[in-house]
Amino acid sequence: MEFVLDGSQRSLKEDARKFFARNCPIEEVRRLTETADAYDADLWAKMADQGYMGLIFPEECGGLGLSIFELILILEESGRAVLPGPFFSTMIAGAALDACGNDEQKRKYLEPICMGEARSTLAVLEAVPSWKPKDATLAAVDGKLTGEKLFVTDAAVADSIVVVAKDGVYVVEAGAPGLTIVPMLGIDLARKIYAVKFDNTPAEKLASPEGLVRALEIASVAAVGELVGCMQAMLDITVEYAKERKQYGKPIGSFQAVQHQCADSYFETESSRSAAYYAAWALGEKTEDASVASSIAKVYASDAGRTVGNRSIQCHGGIGFTWESDLHLYYRRAKALETMMGDATFHRERIACMVIDKAPAA
Amino acid sequence: MDLNLTPEEQQFRDEFRAWLEANVPKDWPEHRNEPLQTRFDYMREWQVKLFEGGWAGLNWPKEYGGRGANLMQQVIFWQEMARADAPPIAGDMGLGMIGPTIIHFGSDEQKKQHLQKILRGDTIWSQGFSEPDAGSDLANLKCEARLEGDHYIVNGQKVWTSFGWVADWCELLVRTDKTVAKHKGLSCLLVDMKSPGVEVRPLKMMNGETEFSEMFFTDVKVPVANLIGGAGNGWNVAIGTLMHERASLCAFFQVVYKRMTDQIIAHSRYIMRNGCMASQDPVMRQKLAQCYAEVELMRWSQARNFSQMMATGVPGPDGSIQKLFWSEYNQRLQQVAQELLGPYGQLGENEPYALDQGMWSREYMRSRGHTIEAGTSEIQRNIIGAYVLGLPKSY
Repeated sequence: MEFVLDGSQRSLKEDARKFFARNCPIEEVRRLTETADAYDADLWAKMADQGYMGLIFPEECGGLGLSIFELILILEESGRAVLPGPFFSTMIAGAALDACGNDEQKRKYLEPICMGEARSTLAVLEAVPSWKPKDATLAAVDGKLTGEKLFVTDAAVADSIVVVAKDGVYVVEAGAPGLTIVPMLGIDLARKIYAVKFDNTPAEKLASPEGLVRALEIASVAAVGELVGCMQAMLDITVEYAKERKQYGKPIGSFQAVQHQCADSYFETESSRSAAYYAAWALGEKTEDASVASSIAKVYASDAGRTVGNRSIQCHGGIGFTWESDLHLYYRRAKALETMMGDATFHRERIACMVIDKAPAA
Repeated sequence: MDLNLTPEEQQFRDEFRAWLEANVPKDWPEHRNEPLQTRFDYMREWQVKLFEGGWAGLNWPKEYGGRGANLMQQVIFWQEMARADAPPIAGDMGLGMIGPTIIHFGSDEQKKQHLQKILRGDTIWSQGFSEPDAGSDLANLKCEARLEGDHYIVNGQKVWTSFGWVADWCELLVRTDKTVAKHKGLSCLLVDMKSPGVEVRPLKMMNGETEFSEMFFTDVKVPVANLIGGAGNGWNVAIGTLMHERASLCAFFQVVYKRMTDQIIAHSRYIMRNGCMASQDPVMRQKLAQCYAEVELMRWSQARNFSQMMATGVPGPDGSIQKLFWSEYNQRLQQVAQELLGPYGQLGENEPYALDQGMWSREYMRSRGHTIEAGTSEIQRNIIGAYVLGLPKSY
């Protein structure tokens, strides 16, 4: 058994870290939070040049055909950088297209993504928000959608929107008739959300909607991957601060109350990383426990992202509570990821359905 | 990046699993709830069986009767032992800690005198480290050994000694030099517990069991030949012993706690609560799912830790994560079990109305000690803070 990154995985991760540090420093994140869509075409092009867009998608579509595990490594680093813009959205939409589309549909919607030419996003939640596909009420009539999806990340810069509907999974193209996209003001300033309204909007039905469950599991683990990077950044910043900041003549990190909070954050970050890696590996290998593993990982990382964030602010004292401090940018990203694809409560219930309800009585 | 066992690891596991199936005594459940003193003989017989099967002291070098097992094999060993619900090993302290210490630090004479008997369980060993004033602050220990001719004269007291009441020999950490820094003036002595002046008293834990002892040494004569690791080198010998405190043992606990988690889930499938089956109660459901998630994650986290250790060859301070995880998880698990079982959770052993032979109240009480022994949770957090995160030592 070998639960360590191999050489090429280590390189991929380290290169991604350097790439985001160089091309997306926190100042750039701040700048993009103040734009309408938090999207930078240059940064997107550079990421496409790195090969990130098609990392896990089939080579026939212009992708690299790597495993979900490799994507999680990239997402960890993009999480560490609080990467603004539609990369995460595009990856999870791509996963849905890959799982549910036929060859023609993949050529049409997934290939431009792999080429770095298109962005996409996944629309799941409605006015009564649920991450369970079965709860969707939006349904197509004669191949046209009328209704509304809410909280859709990066919809304004998406070339296609993958819509989870009651009767299947659809793709709506940007600029389609009857499509209106209205900004919603969310908590993550670096990843904007939108209300997406359909009025007799033509939509193409994806061929294999049964693939959606797996795509959502991939999306859950993708969120975990980003959360791990986000947690790591908050931990690193906090530890640095604890070494520098002095009170009562000593670095505050020498006080056990502060030091133990850092230790707890380290514990949760490392445990979340183990969860992300295992779940990603399991999904890639299609192990028997892959579905449960994706929910276990999301349970743990959702709560951990919040508690690591809370301790990070606490250990910073007053300065951690300011707009000026970078901390709240990570904190906001972690909060959005906590609920993305279902929070801990949602995934605990999912585990209960998959495991507890099937267990024999003593 | 492959979490499957290699073919060699699988073969090792299959071999041991088959051996356990054929050799784990079938009447162990009858003996399990007997007081420790009574079931200890049973545990000794089990060790002899393991020894004769070639499974004792796996990680010892071959020249000393072991198999030179690597970390993964040790992990598999403990996982399979837990899975088979095998009896505990009587001389486990000797196999896991004292033996490797003697192998690493001992003289040829000491190796010849002790190792074979440790392996078979003919001699039982205890570890005399902690004292009333030296727990977390072990270097503060006061038990002293005065050199007089070819003997050390030992005076002092030890506490929390596992198996002290039955031990034949003891690895004793003593102060031999009061003129230098606290941890520099220590030495390690191998002490025959039958020596005149040695007194052992049982230490009863809050769950009623007497797993531990207090030991009193009054002018006990220990031959100089029983010094191990060199005079003044006691701290390094002790740390070495504690390092061996099994990186792999956490794998054992994970299997045990997984089984207990599955047990309470099974109980939830018929116990009634708030008018419905407990597994359908929304609050209980969340708590059970959380337990399920954490004990699975514990396994993944351990696997990652083991892999890193195999790759780097160093235990490292990440062992603190594992200790925090299993000890604190078990406390959470035991509380969920208590909530689920209600008043039945508090019934004692051999109480006819109790579930699972009263196991739950015993485990609940015992779990309070887990965050204290083998390095308190506070110390583990200090270790992470100072040695992993590089924060200034807080004391």
